[in-house]
Amino acid sequence: MRLARRQTNPYQIVLPIFEGPLDLLLHLIHENKLDIYDIPIAQVTEQYLQYLSLMEELDLDIAGEFLVMAATLIEIKSKMLLPPDETADEDEEPIDPRAQLVERLIEYQRYKEAAEILRQFEEERSKVFKSGGEAIEIEYAPFLLKDLTPVDLLAALQRVLAEVGEGEEEVTTITRRRITVRMKMSEIWRRVITSEDGVNFEELFEDKYDRTEIVITFLSVLELLRLRRITVTQKQLFGEIILRKRESVGDE
Amino acid sequence: MNEHIEEITKNGRLKSAIECMLFVSPEPLPAAQMAAALETEESAIEKAVEELIEDLSDRGLQIVRVAGGYQMCTKPEFSSVCQRIMIRQNQKLSRAALETLAVIAYRQPVTQPEIEAIRGVNVSGVIKTLMDKGLIHEVGRKQTPGRPILYGTTPQFLEYMGLEDLSQLPDIDTLATNETEAEQKLFKEHEIVVQDDAQT
Repeated sequence: MRLARRQTNPYQIVLPIFEGPLDLLLHLIHENKLDIYDIPIAQVTEQYLQYLSLMEELDLDIAGEFLVMAATLIEIKSKMLLPPDETADEDEEPIDPRAQLVERLIEYQRYKEAAEILRQFEEERSKVFKSGGEAIEIEYAPFLLKDLTPVDLLAALQRVLAEVGEGEEEVTTITRRRITVRMKMSEIWRRVITSEDGVNFEELFEDKYDRTEIVITFLSVLELLRLRRITVTQKQLFGEIILRKRESVGDE
Repeated sequence: MNEHIEEITKNGRLKSAIECMLFVSPEPLPAAQMAAALETEESAIEKAVEELIEDLSDRGLQIVRVAGGYQMCTKPEFSSVCQRIMIRQNQKLSRAALETLAVIAYRQPVTQPEIEAIRGVNVSGVIKTLMDKGLIHEVGRKQTPGRPILYGTTPQFLEYMGLEDLSQLPDIDTLATNETEAEQKLFKEHEIVVQDDAQT
């Protein structure tokens, strides 16, 4: 059972969270060791309403279903206070105003139990792993900071900041270089046709700190591929990607 | 028949072939599907699987029957070992999700209002979660005013719970109330008597 806690309070109220009004009623019945077939409706109604006001005090949202159940309980309670209907047929057994509620509670209790069984199945099955298909992640060796003190970290931070020249608020005028895919394409093309062993894909990005230029470079490679000017090969997974001039241009 | 397949199945290597199929299949494999793939009889597959299960008795892997098929997976006693290198998507279902799933599993095909009547709460959010997880799906529409959507559980539900089929769920009438349990027992005894009568 989950518990709601109000952290900001100087004292802490621990309140069980119920899945719904039926769940709450079952809890009250079990907690008070009551007979589900003979619920003392006045007592249960009172406790039910107490719980609701506690929820209100804790600023918990009270779902509409809880209020509907409160109304139902009060209705049953008032019906039970009425004297038996004397005009009713004597052979006919008077209907207990609680009957429908009891039926619902028992029905709900069954599914609550079934849910518990499903939880056990889920638990058992979670111990079993299958190959492939399942979304799994490899757990990388955790980055351990255990030998480091906060002082070490601070020193490291200062070193990094010193490198990037923290504090020197230099005003730089940025002139935006106008690069187009067309320009980049001819640049790459020139490199490809002049090198015998092909061009390493990553070399194209050397010295390119500008995001726009990186994107344009990448687009240019794609465009050259699309136009069947170059071929791209990779010998192994994560290996070097080599760009070469396509031998049979126009062979489409 | 494909010569290569024939060579494999004829030379007593059917078991190995099945092992491979079970290893690579992301879904539980029904015997019929393996039989079709290996162009052999289903009974031969069943027999070979039995042998394979026997072979694996002292190994880390096992073959289980789940969601109407066979699946190769690790044995539960090695779960801690597997967890050392794998992070399972360890999002267990919430109680609300499990309760809703229980109602759907037992009452399917079932509509949202019917589920809500049993649980006493709104379940639209939970239904969406269960749909997203592929544990339930729409199975049709009820022929009543408004034609509400009918929900049922999926094969993934069976796999998720490690069940072969829905009949492995415990009888709902035996759950929770002792009275009904006693009644159920009585009925079962009664059934046996009837069967005995029929036999004699």
